[in-house]
Amino acid sequence: MIASLEWFLLIGAFLFATGVYTILTRKNAVSVLMGVELVLNAANINLIAFSRFIKPVSSIGPQSVALPMEPVAASGIYGAPWIQGQVFAAFVIVLAAAEAAVALGIILGIYRGLGDVNVDETVRLKG
Amino acid sequence: MHLLDFIHQLLPFTRDWADWFVYVLMVFFFAFAILNTLVAPLTGISTYIERRLAGRAQYRWGPNRVGFRSLLSALPLTRGLTKLADVQPIKFIGSKIPGGLLQFAADGLKLFTKEDIIPSGADSFLFRLAPYVVMAGSFAAFAVFPVSFWCSATNLNIGIFYVIGISSLVVPGVLMSGWASANKWALYGGMRAASQIVSYEIPVAISLMTVVMLTGSMNMNDIVASQLSGYGIEKAGLLGWNVFRYGGLLVVPFVVYFIGGCAEVNRTPFDLPEAESELVAGYHTEYSGFRWSFFFMAEYANMFAVGAIATTMFLGGPLPPYPAAFTEGLPMLARFGEGFFWFFVKSYFFVLVMIHMRWTLPRYRIDQLMHLCWKVLIPIALLWFVIMCGVKMWRMEQNLPKHPAAAAAGAHR
Amino acid sequence: MIAVLGLQLSNPGAWVFLAFAAVTVASALMVAVSRNIVYSAFSLLLTFFGVAGLYVFLDADFLAAAQLLVYIGGILVLILFGIMLTNKIRDIHVSNDTTNPILGAVVAAGIFLVLAYVSLRCDWQVEDRPPAATAHEIGRAFMGRYLLPFEASSVLLLGALIGAAYLARRSEKKEGA
Repeated sequence: MIASLEWFLLIGAFLFATGVYTILTRKNAVSVLMGVELVLNAANINLIAFSRFIKPVSSIGPQSVALPMEPVAASGIYGAPWIQGQVFAAFVIVLAAAEAAVALGIILGIYRGLGDVNVDETVRLKG
Repeated sequence: MHLLDFIHQLLPFTRDWADWFVYVLMVFFFAFAILNTLVAPLTGISTYIERRLAGRAQYRWGPNRVGFRSLLSALPLTRGLTKLADVQPIKFIGSKIPGGLLQFAADGLKLFTKEDIIPSGADSFLFRLAPYVVMAGSFAAFAVFPVSFWCSATNLNIGIFYVIGISSLVVPGVLMSGWASANKWALYGGMRAASQIVSYEIPVAISLMTVVMLTGSMNMNDIVASQLSGYGIEKAGLLGWNVFRYGGLLVVPFVVYFIGGCAEVNRTPFDLPEAESELVAGYHTEYSGFRWSFFFMAEYANMFAVGAIATTMFLGGPLPPYPAAFTEGLPMLARFGEGFFWFFVKSYFFVLVMIHMRWTLPRYRIDQLMHLCWKVLIPIALLWFVIMCGVKMWRMEQNLPKHPAAAAAGAHR
Repeated sequence: MIAVLGLQLSNPGAWVFLAFAAVTVASALMVAVSRNIVYSAFSLLLTFFGVAGLYVFLDADFLAAAQLLVYIGGILVLILFGIMLTNKIRDIHVSNDTTNPILGAVVAAGIFLVLAYVSLRCDWQVEDRPPAATAHEIGRAFMGRYLLPFEASSVLLLGALIGAAYLARRSEKKEGA
């Protein structure tokens, strides 16, 4: 391997932090959506990095036990145990696509209704 | 590490340089070499052919003047050499070059020396960046094309999926150029192009995935190898190609792919993003000189890429139409040339078809374009995907006792 | 630090990795702090591209291509359309205001420090596994163990498609009436 697990975790942590900063500080709803995408990407980097590096075990520690995964050990009809992180990342990508489509629909709706996409001013439902 | 040692041996003076600097220089060198040996001539010859065919379609000549002599006289440095063109061997060679063939080189020189205009209202950073993004998106796909028998720049495991993924870089590039031009025609053109490419990616991807599903691999070399035999014949030649296999059922995804591919490269009848009667020239309205030629080269490279993908996925790639057994005795290099010849001929056939379509068909309206994509091509592609699923399952059912994976599944049941 | 994390700089791949990591980090920072929302969006293009490159370094080739296809070809285009449809075409320098940047920066820095501390201090049970082809394994997992989530996500995508079309369409009708 060229780079160790820590590199990927640090990059993931940085992307997560910038994503959180974007979500917290931006006023424009589209910018907030960009922050959400950054956070999702950070999560994906971590999922795939763990999937690549970490031994699939039930718990960390000296007496860790290999999970009774599948009837076929290495790569049976259910897929190898180490692929699970990547499968999760694939689900995250799918969910991100759905989320972005609906979020953009909502943002366009807000823009047509209020003429602005400032998240501070969409307070019509406030009691 | 080996690569660096090799460079150090080849060019001893690089030993003193920093490693990263050598790598950066190498990247630039390879990019320069590929652009100059592969892409520039390809697009150049394509423009010549396109203009000649356009001339025939419109009952005029097209470029027929600029030949060997004109190229020599174009530059001050070589102008003294024009007298050499009358010396016998050079004169003979020059007379064999058809007039107009070197028009693209002359145009290239012209574009090279043109003023690089950036509109004052434009966002100059994004304006400069956009051509590179578009160009990178269209040329990166060339890395996995099987240009000859089991020969491609990289043998990627996910070949066709990589092509679909990397070519989506074109869409943000086009939007970038449209936005940065600060010109409403450019922006309309960019948004039209983006929506069109994104929409037509769906039927294109589904019809390509039909082939992937039948082959069981996304590796382009594997897909070519699977087309060697067909109808129970080893080395079946023409009959093994995917279009003719499965009783010709794959003709439908093939046609869907080609229509969608034409739409993705923004050629007439789908050239709404560049519709000159409405939008001047679409997203590259404000570009001039060499930056404009980047978009131009990307368009021709994209055309060739569509042809190459259609060839690989449906027409056997580098496989010849006669049974491969005919030429198996030939030496290695001749076999390589044979594969390259067939791949190139088949791919270029599609470029010619696209050129003919451009000069014979009128342009679609935007609602007709979207209607064709969402209500015609996508349903057909989905329906055919399901039908070919049935075909695949039927074939697997027939092979069930022999199939190891299926046998393992049966044991666990 | 670089030596501690086991990056061998004599390896050409290490330089490519560093380039991708630098592109990812720098463009993510640009997304967060740029004053121009269009620049933020196009920096996001570089971030997605860099993350796809990192996936390649993690031997996840299928997901790298999926990242390019879905994030750059889909989500980024949606975001760009969102920017261009919610702003005037004329103003090219679209401002991107922030509220409480200092407080946000403190929170983000805190999160980053905690995550970095954990990831550097934890004793990871690393396994040295040879790289393997992932596309087949992902397909097996989707068609076997994860079939139900897979089907559920396809239903979710259909719902999102219809929902997004409905959300965009209804306001159009209201505008026309």
